[in-house]
Formats: sequence, C-alpha cells, structure tokens
Amino acid sequence: MRSLKDEVAIIGMGCSKFGERWDAGAGDLAIESAYEAYEDAGVGPEDIQACWVGQMYAPVGGLGGSTIADTLKLTNIPIIRNENWCIAGHVALIEAAIAVAAGLYDTVMAIGVEKLKDTGYPGLGTGRGMSPVYEARRTAPGSFALIARRYFEEYGLSMEEGKETIGKIEVKNHRNGSMSPKAHFQNVVTLEQVINAPIIAYPLGLFDCCGNSDGSACAIITRADMAKSFRRDPIYIKGFGIAMDAILPHMRPDFGWTSFEALKTSSRKAYEMAGIKNPREEIDVAEVHDCFSITELIIYEDLGFSKHGKAKEDIDSGFFHLEGGLPVNPDGGLKCFGHPVGASGLRMTYEIYKQLQGKADLPERQIKDVHRGLSHTFGGPPQISALAILGNEKG
Amino acid sequence: MVGITSFGAYIPIYRLSRDIIANSWDRGSLKGERSVANNDEDSVTMAVEAGSDCLKGLDSKKVDGLFFATSNAPYKEKLSAGLIATVLDLPEELITSDYANSLRAGTAALRGAVDTVKAGSASSLLVTAADCRLAYPRSDQEQWFGDGSAAFSIGTDKVIATIETSSSINKDIMDVWRNEDDQYVKVGESRFILNEGYMASMKEVISSILQKSGKKASDITKLVLPSPDYRTHTTLAKMLGFDPNAQLQDTLLGSVGHCGVAHPLMLLVAALESSNPGDTILMASYGDGAEALLFHVTEEITKIKPQRGIKKYLQSKMMLTSYEKFLSFRGQLEPVPAEPFRTFPSASAYWREQNSILRCHGSRCKKCGRSIFPVQRICFNCRSKDEYEEIRYAEEVGNIFTFSIDRLAGRSDDPVVVQTVFDIDDGARFYLSMTDCYPETVNIGQQVEFTFRRIYEGAGFHNYFWKCRPLRDGGI
Repeated sequence: MRSLKDEVAIIGMGCSKFGERWDAGAGDLAIESAYEAYEDAGVGPEDIQACWVGQMYAPVGGLGGSTIADTLKLTNIPIIRNENWCIAGHVALIEAAIAVAAGLYDTVMAIGVEKLKDTGYPGLGTGRGMSPVYEARRTAPGSFALIARRYFEEYGLSMEEGKETIGKIEVKNHRNGSMSPKAHFQNVVTLEQVINAPIIAYPLGLFDCCGNSDGSACAIITRADMAKSFRRDPIYIKGFGIAMDAILPHMRPDFGWTSFEALKTSSRKAYEMAGIKNPREEIDVAEVHDCFSITELIIYEDLGFSKHGKAKEDIDSGFFHLEGGLPVNPDGGLKCFGHPVGASGLRMTYEIYKQLQGKADLPERQIKDVHRGLSHTFGGPPQISALAILGNEKG
Repeated sequence: MVGITSFGAYIPIYRLSRDIIANSWDRGSLKGERSVANNDEDSVTMAVEAGSDCLKGLDSKKVDGLFFATSNAPYKEKLSAGLIATVLDLPEELITSDYANSLRAGTAALRGAVDTVKAGSASSLLVTAADCRLAYPRSDQEQWFGDGSAAFSIGTDKVIATIETSSSINKDIMDVWRNEDDQYVKVGESRFILNEGYMASMKEVISSILQKSGKKASDITKLVLPSPDYRTHTTLAKMLGFDPNAQLQDTLLGSVGHCGVAHPLMLLVAALESSNPGDTILMASYGDGAEALLFHVTEEITKIKPQRGIKKYLQSKMMLTSYEKFLSFRGQLEPVPAEPFRTFPSASAYWREQNSILRCHGSRCKKCGRSIFPVQRICFNCRSKDEYEEIRYAEEVGNIFTFSIDRLAGRSDDPVVVQTVFDIDDGARFYLSMTDCYPETVNIGQQVEFTFRRIYEGAGFHNYFWKCRPLRDGGI
C-alpha cells in the first residue's frame, strides 16, 4: 500500500454560515461555500474536473450528484455523492484526494451540504434507526447516552462526577464558539448551566447534545506539486483513514461501549500515513466529532490524546482548551456549529485549514505555532470514523 | 381422557383506581381498581403472554393447534391465532381458529378445543383468550372493564382437569353489542339485561349442566361465575342452592375488572390455582345465551410446573395515576403527535424476517458458536457463511449492560423510552426498548425478560416486535 502523504494539497476552502438557515436552501448553502472556496483558491467552476459530495439526507436521500450539478452548474464532469452518515464530508475529501493522487485529475472539488431544517427535523435528534423494527425508537442522543452510562460505570465515576466531566467539554466548546462568527450558537455557558439543563437522553442533558442545523463547506484540491502555483500557503494532506465496524454496536456481542474499533483503526491508519508516533505531542490542533459531550471524551482516548479511562485528568487540567497542550474544537465544534450531517467533516477541515494558515476568522481564536492539525468525524449508530491530518509544510 | 393439561394467565402491569375515573367525571366510584393494557399491548400481545405462561414446562413443538378468542382483535380481517402461534414459535402444521364477537367466545373456544382433541383432529391444542374492550368515557363499563388474558392447553397426556359435562344455551338478546363501526360497547337497559339476560341464561345453563351430570349444588367444590357487578352472581348462586361464601370463586372485579371474553377463563385459572385433586369445578359463562363446563381435578395438578397465572400477575402492578393517560393508551384521547417515523416498515420485509421479528430467533454459528440477534447469514465472529442454527430467545432472561432514558424518541403519550442493551448467558446481545417499568429504577446488571408488544402503526398494518421488562415474577 502506498502512502499519499504530501501528494495532494488543499488550495481553497469555503464554509457557509451555519444555523437555522430558513433563508437558504441546500443549493444556496452549497453556493455560499463553493464560491468562497473558488475565490480563496483563485479558480472558477470551469477549473473543476470532478466533484465529490457528502450529503446524507437533506433535502432527501437518493438524488445522487444531481443536487450539486443542478445548483453549481458543474456540467459533464463526474460528480460522486456519498451518504456515509456523519463522516460523508470526510469521505468526499478523502476520495477526492485519492483521485488526484492517482493522477486522474488536477483540480477537483469536495463539498458537503445538508439542509436539515427543510426536513421537519426538530432542534435535536437527527439519526433515526436503520430498521423500522429493530431500531424503531433509536435516536442519536439515546444511542450515545448508552456510551455515557457505560463509561461512568466502567471507570467508577459517580453520576455527578461523570456529568461534571463531560460538562466541562461543553463549557470549553461554547467558549470557543463564542468567538466563531459562522457558528450556529455563539453563547458562553457555565458548568452549572450545563449540569442543570433538562435531560434529553439520560444521562445526557441539553448542553451535552449538538443541535440540528443547516450548512455547507467546500474544499478545492490539487496536486501538491501544482499547489504553489495557486497560492503561497497551500495546506498539504499528510494522512487519512476511514474505518467502519460491523453490526450495529447495540447488537454486537461483547461490545464494551467505552471504546470503538473504528476510531482506533481509522486514526492508526492516518497517523501511520502522516508519520505521527505520538499524536498527543505531534498534533497541534484538532477538530473532533463532539456530537455529544461523551463522544468527544471517548475520542480523546481512542485517538490517543489521553490514556483509556484518563480523559478526565486532561479535561480537568484544561489540556484541550485553546491555551492548552492540544486545543480541540477551537471553532466551538459540532456543539456550536450544529451538525448538518454531510457538511460537518469539511467544516471541521475548514477550521484546521484556516488555523494552519494563521487565518482563523477571529484573532482571539488563532492558535500560535501550529503545523499539524487533525479533523475527524464519527457517525452512524455509531459505527464509522474518518480522519484527515493536514500540515502547512511538506515533510 | 381429554382435559386441561396446563394453564396460564396474564394481567397487564398497569392498574387504575376507579376513584380516579370517577373523580374525573365527578360521579360515583365503583371502588377498587381495574387493569389497563399498556399502550403497546392489545389482545394479541396479551394472548401471547398467557400462552407463553401456559406453555412453561410443555414441549411447544408438540402443540398442533391454537384457538384464540376475543371481542377485540387487532385486525377485522386477518387471523390473530396464526400470529399468536407464530410468536409462540409453534410448528407450522397447526389447526388455527379465531373465536369472536360474543362474550361467550372464550368458553366456546375451550369447548371447541376439547371436541377437536376428542375427535382426533389434534392431540395438543392451545386455547388463548384475551380482551381489552372499550367503554364510553363516563360509563359504568369504563370502570368495570379490565384487560387480561388466559390460556389453556387441552390434550390427553397428564390431564390436570378432565371435562366431564358441558351445556350450551342459545338466546338472542340485545344486551351488550357493538355495531360495525362502533368503538365502544353499547349496553341495554340494566334491569332488562340483568333479569332477562344474565340471570335467565345462567340459571338455565347451570340447572341444565347439574341435571346432565347428575350432580347437586353441594357436589361442586367451586362455582366459577363471571359477574356483571359485585352482587348479581351471589344472588344467582344462592337462588340455585349454592353457598356463596364457601363455593363462589372470587370474580376479580375489585382488583382487575371484567375482562370480556377472557374473563371466565381467567377465573377458571384462578380456581385451578387453588384446587386440589378430587375437586369439581363448575364454570359458566354468559353472552348471547350461556355456556357451562364441569371439570374434575386430578392428581396431576400437584405435579405441574408453577405458572405465574393470576396469582403472580395480580401481585405485580404499577398504578396509573392519570385518567388522561389511560384514555390515550387506547387512542380514545389523541395527544399531540410525536415526531414522525422516518423509516417505514414493509410488509414483505416484515414477512421475510419473521423468524427474528416474531419468533425471536437469533443465530448461533455452527463453526465458532457465536450467538447473535437478529439472525445473521455471515457470522460476526468467524465470517462463516450460512452455517448457523436458529435459537429462540423469548423465554430467556438477560442482564442489562448499558441503557439510556430517552426523552426524545417516545410518542407524545409515552414520552420516555428506556433503551436497553442486554446480554443473554450464551453471549447474544439484544437492543430493545424497555416497557412496564419505572425508568428511574433501571440499572446496569438488572435482570430483564422478553415481552411481545405492538410497537407502532405504519404502512397500514400493526407492527409487533419484542421489548424487555423488569422480571414480573415476584413483583416489581
């Protein structure tokens, strides 16, 4: 197997305003992110030779690439849509990178878009079961709460300790989100507010859950050796990984519910390609899938940022704060952006791309001395995980 | 010798104090409490419960017939007995029939089963009866009615009660009825239906069976009579020379209510639970005439495996505290709709997967022994293809591995969904909603059992599947 480290670069990115975008359809959101990306890269639609789309439901599934072709008027090129749950944006990015590395195209687009607010989904609860019988009442909060309940049990955290530990993650993300003009929620919250919020799926409360919102993000990708002809600060793809577990975790015999093979395998693959031995030390900034507070906690552990069962220590010490050893979700994460499913992976990648260029939208949020960044999504029941590791120089 | 070889019963966990109903309408209370089928229960699911209670200790593969009696089948056209038999995992070669439309349907099914076995058409027949009748809000019946079920196995092997004599009286009378489109039971003028209906028919049928069998009232150990109220059966018993205190079986009216078609059969179960060898039981049921059966209890009654029956299901209960919730359980009051389902059932998929969905089968790999639910063609563990045997899990007990209490997933009339992940001893893992529980008491390690429920309406048919509940044996 060949490593694709430094073979492909991102030369332009765009990200729409996220939120309840009653003013914009899926097409408007795609236009918002794509035209920012064109401008950033200094290209136009005529330069795009192929396009990969991450779009899960919205407005509906089963429409193929037509939604993007019709909107962006990208004609007579391959447009490939994937509906790989919450990681669809990452899959679009990674598949686009692979095609460029294979030498098939010079300049391609990866775009994620989701218009949840046209589907009647309420503020919370995207992700119903796949089977009308076996999973008739499955929701995302209900499923991820299964992780929290088990994690507290496994590591001997009382309900108070557990709620406080995951609550601190949300206090951090909201603080970051308050400095994020494109975020859906830009409010600061206190630990007390988080802990006392109404319960959505015990033990997860309102602030432990990300909301449903609309949004789109887009990347223009080219060969690494051509990248500097577009801009002086292209961002290189260092490594990536995708992995999917077999069988709904709920029915998987012996499954422990505190750690996911897909998280471990996908990150190991990405680290190997990027040549990263110790992610805790070598990653300077990360955007990870905080669909629920507990998810961010187990990701710390499965991605190797913290030891298993020890995330609490790093959370308590502020290790993942903007000023900490490894800032996580500096833009506020899914918690503040909401989770327009297919768009999230590219939205996270947009933040890493901007951080690595030193161009975070507000200077208060810019992390100093960053060279390696990671973006990550985790999705499905949950079952599937994807990562991309980016860097601002080759090597 | 043909007779009852086993019995079982079921009473839903919810009870509603009649005072709550009475207070809601500012009217008199009939005192005591009634059973209420949960919003995921109906006649079919309750028949499954009683049937499964009855089948404990029997070989279900030897059952060759199932009759079901109810006045409230979930389908106007479609065999309920067939669905119940599938859920109980009975063999496909099976005699099946639904008995319906009259309060006498339960005893008719019982007698039909006896005759079928006597005629040699079947050797082991399961009779199930269940009802959850709807009464007009504010009516007496709303307070009187209860929901429940009973089941009997009829056969020739190890008979615990032989059926000595039977008698049947036909009388056409407008006493209780429902027209084609009626949701609620209509009831005639009370003096008329008591005197010319219940009293007249029951007197005639009991006199008839005593005469046929050559027995006197004093020869009867227990007289089993469903009653339209607290008193009438006592008057009837006295009139026929019985001693109500010594001979009358409790009617369950104060604790459960009148369970329609299932009621006489539930009372018979209660009578058998406290019977001794040599006892003679006279059961009569009323409805468009009357029917009576005379049983002789044998030595075998001392050897049967314990069922939950009426005794245990009566003890384990949860009090429903709101009249509105009671109305919403049967759809009499329509609360604001919950978020719609986004994945719709398919009749063909439901049919194709019925071994998992209805029979509760998982698969066990013949190569590596890994068990899993639902049935998987490729082993999760060793990936061997199509090399598995199917295992039924419905009678197993599980231990909760993790759970959540979801306030987002439920219906508006049942807003809290307890999602559980639990393990069976052989390693199979289940993900099911928990029903009949106090969510705040659920915990990791808690034991749960399977219960068959109606999970929702979709694609134009009722969707049934399994849930779990805290063990009801011994009460909650």
